[in-house]
Order: sequence, then structure tokens, then C-alpha cells
Amino acid sequence: MDLLTGLTTLAADVPDPAGLLPARQQMALSLGWHIVLACFGVAFPTMILVMHWRGVHRDDPLALVLARRWAKVSAVLFAIGAVSGTVLSFEMGLLWPGLMGRFGDVLGLPFAFEGVAFFLEAIFLGIYLYGWGRIPPRRHLLMLVPMALTGIAGTFSVLAVNGWMNNPTGFRIVDGEVTDVDPWAAMFNSGVLWQFLHMWVAAFMVAGFSIAAVYAAGMLRGRRDRHHRLGFTVPFAFASVAALLQPAIGHLLGSRLADTQPAKLAAFELATETESPSPLRLGGLLVDGEVRWSIDIPYLGSVIARNSLTAPVQGLDTIPLDEQPPVNITHLAFQSMVGIGTALALLALVYWVARWRGHDLLRPEARGGTWLLRAAVAAGPLAVVALEAGWIATEVGRQPWVVYGVMRTTEAAGNASTALWWVLGASALLYAAMTVGAVLVLRSMARRWREGDESLPSPYGPELERVEEQRR
Amino acid sequence: MSLEIAVAAALFTGVVAYSVLGGADFGSGFYDLTAGGTRRGAELRRQVDHSIGPVWEANHVWLIFVLVVWWTGFPSTFAAVATTLAVPLVLALVGIVLRGSAFAFRKYAATVAQARFFGVVFAASSVVTPFFLGTVAGAIASGRVPAAGEGDPWSSWTGATSLVGGVVAVGTCAFLAGVFLVTDAARAGKTGLTAALRRRVLVVGLVTGAVVLAALVPLHDDAPTLWTGLTGRALPLVLVSFVAGTTTVALVAVRRFGPARWSAVLAVASVVSGWGVAQYPWLLVDEVTLAQAAGAPATLQGLLVAVGLAVVLVLPALGYLLWLTQTQAWSGAPEAPAVSAGPPPGPGARPRRR
Ligand code: HDD
Ligand code: HEM
Ligand code: HEM
Repeated sequence: MDLLTGLTTLAADVPDPAGLLPARQQMALSLGWHIVLACFGVAFPTMILVMHWRGVHRDDPLALVLARRWAKVSAVLFAIGAVSGTVLSFEMGLLWPGLMGRFGDVLGLPFAFEGVAFFLEAIFLGIYLYGWGRIPPRRHLLMLVPMALTGIAGTFSVLAVNGWMNNPTGFRIVDGEVTDVDPWAAMFNSGVLWQFLHMWVAAFMVAGFSIAAVYAAGMLRGRRDRHHRLGFTVPFAFASVAALLQPAIGHLLGSRLADTQPAKLAAFELATETESPSPLRLGGLLVDGEVRWSIDIPYLGSVIARNSLTAPVQGLDTIPLDEQPPVNITHLAFQSMVGIGTALALLALVYWVARWRGHDLLRPEARGGTWLLRAAVAAGPLAVVALEAGWIATEVGRQPWVVYGVMRTTEAAGNASTALWWVLGASALLYAAMTVGAVLVLRSMARRWREGDESLPSPYGPELERVEEQRR
Repeated sequence: MSLEIAVAAALFTGVVAYSVLGGADFGSGFYDLTAGGTRRGAELRRQVDHSIGPVWEANHVWLIFVLVVWWTGFPSTFAAVATTLAVPLVLALVGIVLRGSAFAFRKYAATVAQARFFGVVFAASSVVTPFFLGTVAGAIASGRVPAAGEGDPWSSWTGATSLVGGVVAVGTCAFLAGVFLVTDAARAGKTGLTAALRRRVLVVGLVTGAVVLAALVPLHDDAPTLWTGLTGRALPLVLVSFVAGTTTVALVAVRRFGPARWSAVLAVASVVSGWGVAQYPWLLVDEVTLAQAAGAPATLQGLLVAVGLAVVLVLPALGYLLWLTQTQAWSGAPEAPAVSAGPPPGPGARPRRR
């Protein structure tokens, strides 16, 4: 991602403030990292809720075991999700003082509601995690409900900010001063609803496919017990519904772009000039202003982007050079997302249709079962790639604007440069270390569970029991 | 009360809450760090884990609350502080990240070596982070953040007031945490641990008290505006803090840990409030007042709506959580048995370690 974002500065011919390039990379790194954890924060509580509900109300001890294990996994993911979100809060000021100083009171309100949502999420997380065996089971189960709801509220709030950056409203600029600020109009901007839905559904895809992938891998290794089937089916069901909805939502989101952000759409579709009807260009790169190596399907571009057989996609040639985004990154990222999204929707379809027709692909002897499980293992990382690609398409495609049509990214960045490079290097190390730590801890949890060690105590010291006895 | 004062009051309430609740979390790192070798320190470390485990994430959100209200309500000053105090902010941030993740990792570490590593990271970053946050407060309070931002990256936060702020922050965090930990240990009936903690809380309390008193001296020259406020309008709060702090030490000495908790909270809350009252009406001392820094009125109103929502939704929930952690049921074993319909242990289960 570093290299990719580095390329983006080539698009601008105004001299950039020294803080721009490192700030962009820093933002991309930290957001790209946070967003994966955020998906678990949004979607995991709902899945645990379903599993735990099954355990309590259908008296299914196995479901209870799974719910309890998932809760422990989520404790680790939430902790690093929360700290990485804190990084973002600081960064809004550290990296984009121009944006925050000028528009803080326009875009900030949703963040305040996000804060309320996180508060509730963190509180109920604490109650839920430590409530096992300490709160009556049914009430304990209810503690997950607020977490599922605050996940929605939090996602909406953050996406309201991003939607505003893409569709700025709720203020006027008079003589260079921001006036007539209406934070509610800014919050409920025209882009937020679809962006929010798309992101919320994406969270279920990422979390659902990732968790299902773990159990699919286990089944591939021959662990075909009921435990693995249940652990696979619940998240995979969530992810499947999400995967089937996602292309439709994405299509609605994209069909706004012809009006709101024609430059972004042109980059998505690799439309160098306005053609009627527009083709759909699969793959391909823009080299010296020429489209190379693409597979063109006639009409389909118009159909997909404009819901019409003839309406054209406005070409890049109509857009001033200094208002064009970096085309290739935007195009490739967009197509990766759509390609993966289509493939994952197909995967979900195949599994459920086969199952509906009585062909259970999870049974050891099922024909095609191995392939399905392999695909399910791949689906986890692929959903993450689609998520990252979607954000790269959205954010890079918005360039050179940080607030679309109003403020250029160059005006948002600060002037500290060498310092920011050091910070970037250090953050890369820090995030790498956190990733390693999380992987290490999660793997050791899984291993101990396989060995039958349900309670997972941490060893604070050798021979702890003896110490305690002596003290009593 | 004008809009911006109402928002500033909410913001500052967040600062006080973070100092008290977040502070108690940070401070526990001090005892963790100094608990001794793996064997000797095991019991204390388990107590730390047990005491802050359920609450640290919620306590942490106060910081987020402060940041978002600040940048939404008083946007230009947020940018000014971020550009001027980037160094201590980044260092504090690194501390926050390391501490939160290492704490979670340690809880599920599989081996003593891993737990020890994560534990050291958690404890050390817990001690260091309040220092940098304190220097940020000191820089603002001593008028070193220019209204336009981009102040000197180093001298802005290395002045006497900043250093004092940092040291006082570390000390008060450790003091608060100690009182909380010793209370929890006493309630759980761990007599040996209680005695050991009590001794250390007394030392920490006396040292911190002495540091706070000594720290007042350099403020006179280094932060005259703050000084005038502290010895004028905010004097009652300073005195309350002094009395409450002394009372806490006395209560701990006579093993009345329950009430000591409340006076410790009062001591910290009043010293932090004292800072706020002393520098009123400045947001960035000697540079920008609250009224000058305030964002658009419609946004301030919106913020009050968010704050109202927080009062209605968050406070009861938070109260429930904090109440739960203080009940007998939660003071017992960290890993209570699973729900009554609990699962049979898996094949080849090892006996449950507690
Ligand atoms: C699992 C993730 C995932 C998947 C499978 C898809 N998307 Fe997506 N997409 C996202 C995750 C995502 C995202 C990361 O969540 C974005 C970035 C910003 C946003 O709101 O959603 C996004 C943005 C985004 C945009 C840009 C909106 C803008 O810039 O205003 C469009 C047009 C689409 N998507 C369209 C689609 C289509 C037609 C898909 C069909 C399969 C699709 N997406 C699958
Ligand atoms: C809703 C949340 C988000 C907000 C508020 C947000 C905000 C911003 C801001 C302020 C910038 C800097 C200005 C700019 O370069 O345009 C930026 C850039 C960027 N963001 Fe986002 N972002 C969000 C989500 C994400 C996510 C999840 C990713 C994940 C990959 C991402 C990737 C990027 C990238 C790659 C850039 C650099 C673009 C460039 O400079 O060409 N963003 N974003
Ligand atoms: C699409 C983008 C985003 C989504 C869906 C999202 C969602 C979430 C969720 C669900 C959590 C809490 C659960 C967890 O800890 O894992 C979280 C944590 C957090 N996020 Fe994000 N986030 C996004 C982007 C951002 C951005 C752009 C910022 C700030 C500028 C941000 C700031 C935070 C903060 C401060 C926390 C920590 C809250 C705490 O202490 O518990 N997030 N995010």
C-alpha cells in the first residue's frame, strides 16, 4: 500500500506541503489496519449473540462452548481495535490540521455520537466478558444486544464523516470563511445511507468469512465434528446473506457517482473519453493516456454505471488534469473489489443451493466438499482484500480533494515532514508487532482449546497455587 | 451559561473522569512493574489483571470523548495543539497502543515467558503514558501553545510546568491505582497482598504529596496565569485536594480502605478541576479563550445533544459495570466456572488451573 499511495502524488502538479506524502501513507496504514478490526467489532457481537442464544435457549452446550471461546477471541480483537481507533483520533489532528482546524465543527458531530456508541460498546463488552458465571445466564445473554446495536450506530457515525468528505453539505463559504454551519445536514449528507449500508454489510462479510475460514481449515485437516460444523455454519450464514446483498448495495452506491463524482467514476471505469454506450473495461491500465491490456465488453459499462443502454460514462478528458485522481490505482482497486464481491456471492450461492437440494457439502464424503472448503478458507482473506480495495478506490478516487470540490488534500496537511516519516516508520513497526502479538496469542488459544483446556488461565508465575496457599 | 461554557464544562468533565478512571488503570502499571520477579509478583499481577480487566476499555473511551468534543467544539485549538505538541502526543499514543494491546495479550498468553514479556510492555507503557499526557496539560497551562499552532516542537512541552505536569500525573495515577488495588485485595481476603500493597500505597502517597507541594514553586514563574488562578479562584479546590489526599493516606494507614477510595477520587478530581478553574476562561492559556475558540453555535448545540445522550445512556450502564466489579461475586476467582448448563470438559482435559 505504501508504494501505491506514494504514486498518487504524481498526479498533482502543485508543490505539496512536506507533510502530505507521509501523512497519506500514515492514514492509509492506520485506517487500513483499524478497519479490519472494526469489522469484527461491528459484526462479531451479533454472531456471538446467535451462538449464545442457541446455547441458552436450545440447551446446546456445544454452542455455549463456542460462544464462550468467541467471546475470548473478541476480547483480544476488541482491545487492539480500540487502541488502533485511538490512533486515528489523534491522527485527525496530527496529520490533517488544516482539515480539522477549518471543518472540525462541520464534520465533528458524528464523531461525538460515535463516541457515545463506543462507550456503550466498551461497557457492555466488559460486562459480557467478565459476566460468564457471574450474571444469570439469560440476562448475561442480553448484554450482547447493546453491543450489536452500537456497532450499527458507530459505523453509521464514521461513515457519515466519510460520506460528508465525499458529498460535503451543511456549510457555506463566504470570503474564504466557513459560515452557516449545520452539523445535522452535514451528518445526514446524501452519501451516508448507502455508504453506511455497504460498510455495515462488508463488516459481516469480513468477520463472517474469516471466522468460517478457521473452521473450514479445521475440517480440511479432518476435524469433521459437530463443533466444527456449527462453528462454520453460523458465521458462514451471516456472511452469505451479506455477500448476496452486497453487489446490489454497491451498485446503488456506484450509480450515484455519475452525478456526484464524475472523475471518480471515470477512473473506476477507465473511461478516457466519453463514449455512448460505454463499454465495461475489465483489467487494463492507463499508460501514457492510452488504455492498454483491457478486455472491453460493449454496453455493459453504461448498464452498470448508468442503468441505461446508452447513457455515457463521462470521460477523463472532460476533467481538468489537476482534478483527476490517480487513475490506475483507483481502477484496479475498484475492479478487485467488484471481482471478489462477485466471486464471494457465487460461493455463498453454490453452498446454500447445494444444501437446499440435499447435497451437504460439509459431509466428509460429499463430492466437491474439499473444493468448497478450500474456497471457504480463501474467502476470509479475500473479503479483507475487497474491503481494503473498496476503501482505496473510494479514498484515492476522491483525490485531489479531501473535502470533495471544496478543500484539496494539500491544504489539509501540515508542514512537519521528517518527523512524520519517522512516525510512519515507527508505526509500521508498531502495527507489525501488534499483528504478530495477536496472531501469536490467538494461535496459542486455539491450540490450548484443542488440547481441551477450556479456561485459558494466563500464567502469571510458576507454581501460583503454592504461593497463594502460603499467603492464606 | 453560554453554549461554549456548557460544552467546555462537558469537555472538562471528561478530562476529570479520564484522570480518575483512566488514571487508576494507568497507575496499576506502576505496581505491576515493581511487583518483583515472576514468582513473587504473581499474586499482585493477577490482582491488577482482575481489577482493571473489565473496566479498562470503558475507562479508555473517556479519552476519545475528550478528543472528539474538543475537535468538534473548539476545532482550531485542537489543530494548534496537535501541530505544536505532536511529539508528546505521539509518545503518549505509542504508550496507549502498547499498553492496551499488551494487556489483552498477557491475559491469554500461553507461557510464563510470553506473559512476562507482554507484562513488562504493559506495565512500562502504563507508567510512561501519563507522563506525556501530563506534559501536554502543562504546555497548555503555561501558555506555550500559540493560537496559530506550529509552536516549537520541543521547548513547548519541556518547560517546568510540563515536567511538573508529567510527574504529578504519574504520581497521582499510581496513588489512585494503589488505593483501588488495595481495596480490591482486601475485599477478596488476600491478607498478604493487602499488607504489601498498603505499605507501597503509603509510600507512593507521601512521595506524590511532597512532589505536588514542591511542584507549586516553579509554577509561580513558569506559568503566572495558572499560578494566579490556583492561588485565587481555584484555591478552595487546591485545599480540598490537599485535605482529601492527606485523609486518604491516613485512612489507608488505619486500613479503612473503602472510604479511602472515595477520598482518593476526591483528591484527584479536585486537583484536576483546580487546573481547569485556574486557567478559566483560557482554553490555550494567554492565547485563546473558550469564547474565541468555540466552533459554530449549531455544532455546539449538537454536541450538547450528544452529551445529553451520553448522560442518559452511558452513565447508567457505566454505573452498572462499576457496581458489578465492586460486588462480592466479581471479587472472587477470575475464572469462575462456566454457566450452570456448562459443557463437560473436552476429552483429555487437564485439571482446571485457577
Ligand atoms: C467485503 C467488502 C466489499 C465487497 C465484497 C464489495 N464492496 Fe464495494 N466497497 C467496500 C467494500 C466491499 C467498502 C470498503 O466498504 C467501500 C469503501 C467506502 C464505502 O463506503 O464502502 C466500498 C466502496 C464501493 C464504491 C465506491 C463508493 C464511493 O466512492 O462513493 C462502489 C461504487 C462499490 N463499493 C461498489 C461495489 C460493487 C458493485 C460490489 C459488487 C460486488 C462491491 N462494491 C463489493
Ligand atoms: C470512514 C472513515 C474514513 C475517513 C473519515 C477517512 C479520512 C481520510 C482522510 C482525512 C484522508 C486524507 C486526505 C486524503 O488523502 O484524501 C484519507 C486518505 C486515505 N484514506 Fe481514508 N478515511 C476513511 C476510511 C478509510 C479506510 C477504511 C481506508 C482503508 C484502506 C482508507 C484509505 C485511505 C487512503 C489509501 C488514503 C490516501 C489517499 C491518497 O492520498 O491518495 N480510508 N482518508
Ligand atoms: C469505516 C470506518 C470505521 C468503522 C466501521 C469503525 C468501527 C469501529 C468499531 C466497531 C469500533 C469498536 C470496536 C472495536 O474496538 O473493535 C471502533 C473503535 C474505534 N474507532 Fe473506528 N471505525 C471506523 C473508522 C474510524 C475512524 C476514521 C476513526 C477516527 C478518526 C475511528 C476511531 C475509533 C476509535 C477512537 C475507536 C476506539 C473506541 C474505544 O476506545 O473503544 N474509527 N471503530
